[in-house]
Amino acid sequence: MKKKHIMDAKGIERALTRIAHEIIEKNKGVEDIVILGIPTRGVHIARRLSHIFKTIEGAALPVGSVDATLYRDDIGMKEVQPALKRTDIPVPIDNKKVIIVDDVLFTGRTIRAAMNVIIDFGRPANIQLAVLIDRGHRELPIRADYVGKNAPTSMQEKVKVHLKETDGVDEVVVEE
Amino acid sequence: MNRLLIKGGRVIDPASGIDGLFDVYAVGGKIAAVKPYEPSAFSLQPNDWTVIDAAGLVICPGFIDMHTHLREPGYEYKETVQTGAMAAAAGGFTSVACMANTNPVNDNASVTRYILKKAQEEGIVNVFPVGAISSGLKGETLAEIGELKEAGCIAISDDGRPIVSSGLMRLALEYAKPFNLPVISHCEDAWLAIDGVMNEGFISTKLGLKGIPNAKEDIMVARDIALAELTGGRLHIAHISTKGAVQLVRNAKQNGLNVTAEVTPHHFTLTDEAVIGYNTNAKMNPPLRTKKDIDAIKTGLQDGTIDAIATDHAPQNSDEKDVEFDKAANGIVGLETALPLSLRLVAEGVMSFNTLIEKLSTNPAKLLGLDSKGSLKVGADADITIVDLNKEWVVDAKELKSKSRNTPFDGWKMKGRVVKTIVSGKVVYEE
Amino acid sequence: MRLKRKDILAIEELTKDEIELILSTAESFKEVSEREIKKVPTLRGRTIINLFYEPSTRTRTSFEIAAKRMSADAINISTSSSSVVKGETLKDTARNLEAMNPDCIVLRHPSSGAPEMLARLVRCSVINAGDGSHEHPSQALLDLLTVKERFGRIAGLKIAIAGDIAHSRVARSNIHGFAKLGAEVSIAGPPTMMPSEIEKMGCKMFYKVEDAIRDAHVIMVLRIQLERQKTGLFPTAREYSKLFALDSKKLEHAAKDVVILHPGPINRGIEISSDVADGKYSLILEQVKNGVAVRMALFYLLMGGSRE
Repeated sequence: MKKKHIMDAKGIERALTRIAHEIIEKNKGVEDIVILGIPTRGVHIARRLSHIFKTIEGAALPVGSVDATLYRDDIGMKEVQPALKRTDIPVPIDNKKVIIVDDVLFTGRTIRAAMNVIIDFGRPANIQLAVLIDRGHRELPIRADYVGKNAPTSMQEKVKVHLKETDGVDEVVVEE
Repeated sequence: MNRLLIKGGRVIDPASGIDGLFDVYAVGGKIAAVKPYEPSAFSLQPNDWTVIDAAGLVICPGFIDMHTHLREPGYEYKETVQTGAMAAAAGGFTSVACMANTNPVNDNASVTRYILKKAQEEGIVNVFPVGAISSGLKGETLAEIGELKEAGCIAISDDGRPIVSSGLMRLALEYAKPFNLPVISHCEDAWLAIDGVMNEGFISTKLGLKGIPNAKEDIMVARDIALAELTGGRLHIAHISTKGAVQLVRNAKQNGLNVTAEVTPHHFTLTDEAVIGYNTNAKMNPPLRTKKDIDAIKTGLQDGTIDAIATDHAPQNSDEKDVEFDKAANGIVGLETALPLSLRLVAEGVMSFNTLIEKLSTNPAKLLGLDSKGSLKVGADADITIVDLNKEWVVDAKELKSKSRNTPFDGWKMKGRVVKTIVSGKVVYEE
Repeated sequence: MRLKRKDILAIEELTKDEIELILSTAESFKEVSEREIKKVPTLRGRTIINLFYEPSTRTRTSFEIAAKRMSADAINISTSSSSVVKGETLKDTARNLEAMNPDCIVLRHPSSGAPEMLARLVRCSVINAGDGSHEHPSQALLDLLTVKERFGRIAGLKIAIAGDIAHSRVARSNIHGFAKLGAEVSIAGPPTMMPSEIEKMGCKMFYKVEDAIRDAHVIMVLRIQLERQKTGLFPTAREYSKLFALDSKKLEHAAKDVVILHPGPINRGIEISSDVADGKYSLILEQVKNGVAVRMALFYLLMGGSRE
């Protein structure tokens, strides 16, 4: 199996810092922002972003998780049922700016499902999307507002984001 | 006049003490001679003799099933005299005693005559009706036992139901004496565990099914033995299933009472674990018991406490079995699997093949007073079963000759099979 | 860990891992029930038939709510309201329902083993919602979830089950479930209500409630069916309640943080005194809440995969 490192710890840190600044710039501050990560790694990235905001702006932002499993469009089509993760929306999201955070943006189907979950919880002012890696191959009309790195891949390749919290190391690899 | 020669087989006839290579000659439906094997006998086959080469096979007196339900009249959708007789022949049974719980009940001479007429017209094997003990099987008053005997009944029984009233059972044992009819008793206490559907024990507890304790049988066997002692009557315990009942019969015999007993192949083959999965083909009455009961039954077969192996062949339509376990009908078909299941006991060393023939033929003939059957003595009826002891085969319920398919042995690998069944010198079944 | 079963028929056949998967999945579904919009689209287009041959409000409603919160179409068929079922054999009913192409049938039936029979007859999933005196798996799962939430664990807890064990499917399912997850299970009741060789199922048997509940963390009180008195299993309701009902005096033998479960509906003053039923120990309402979550989890785990 061929492995290609496309990001190391330093690169991930730099990318997240840049994303944080872009979010602040685009939203003219951090007021009314709620960060919702998609389990498992999206939640960790969301927490890291929140941490960066705290150092930049001095204020902690509400962080939660949004599990899109129950809203997936392939329920009953895969051999085994996908495992459920936690959904935890920490504050009411009506009129808030919700930023969905995930590790890899691929087909866009998970993001579609996550948006449906969020909308069932309330009516945010807007929903934005931040991802560490955009690997292309969209199957739905979805694009990220904030991208750590664009990584063109073939369909056969797998993009794996490893994080200290879950994998003991910060890196992004492409496997064939 | 038919003439039959069965050549070169191992002849086993416990009644005449024969076990060896013999040629059996039957003329006009009777055994004409049993002579030491003579390879050259009839090497030029004469026209008027049928010659069967039985080399490598076992020739024994035809099996006699003391306990069959032929279901006719009344329940022809389950079995008829004809289909039941075909199943019997396929299982090596040349005679069957059919129970009285038909509709109408065989509690009067006209029903007996109807069954015998059917048997004569369509029956392949000998059919001996068992008359009812009580009128309508109601357990209230005696049936016309004398007339039943005259019409051809060879025993009386309310099988399927116990005789609840001790008073009536006493009368039956007394009244049957001059007619020399055995009283076959279906032993279960009527008031204990009324709604039980399987053996009471860990399995019934786990499955949440109502249990039937051994005591339900033991109580009634004890009562009937006491009544046999009181009356000097002729008591036969049907389908014995418990350790306690075996011991009670053993004691009764030791005390010189005229008490005999039979066991079914399923009661010495299967335990209540066969019910797991709510298998309605493992539902019967008495229920399948435990290993400890099976061990006691095997000892009882060994020491002669249990005289006979009988099938309790109880055909049920699939509609009566493909239902919830507690609603399912009791019983299984047994004629076509009795021999191979019994042969497992021979393989286990529980008894010799000769003893098995006693349990399947010699003894049932004696118990039912069928003097010309159950042996290959000269002059006896030429009812003969030829068995291949080494033939391996697999039970396929769909292939059974019986009209019904309710067997828990579907798919079982068996060893030993009936090759030919001969009734009155005529081959009625060939594998 | 995934559930690869077609049916949920009995706790006895589930492994410890499978039970834990169901419980953790149910925990996720509790959150769904607390949302403003208590509905997820997961089982959209799926058909679930609640086939009830016995009257039941609690269990049927719970399954129905669970199905609806998953966006499945839930259809209720009960013997009292349906001519389809009257006089028709279970086999024929199964064939008819199969023709309607459901994804899951939830069956409550007075005959032990009926769900197993149905499962053999239909291609869709079957959930046993209580069969005769056999099992009531979803009830045991919700009891396990309730106890796990309260104590943070099951292993090592002492569980006492009191009442008519012989006729109780709830007792059987719970004995299997709690024993599999490492709890110590005791049962108590009059000997006439103890089935044969019950201890082989992995529990200790007592005739005195006080002995069974000694140091117990959880006491499960079974409903006494008063019609059983006619069969003579106990002399009078008065004597039963005096000797076997859980009251505050007997409760002194239990652990300080004891909780009480009851599968409902309660016969106040017969198997449990009112002060105990309404007291601080009772988790009865929590059980009801967890019932919906557990049943959502079962639906999800049975229908969330393709099985092909």
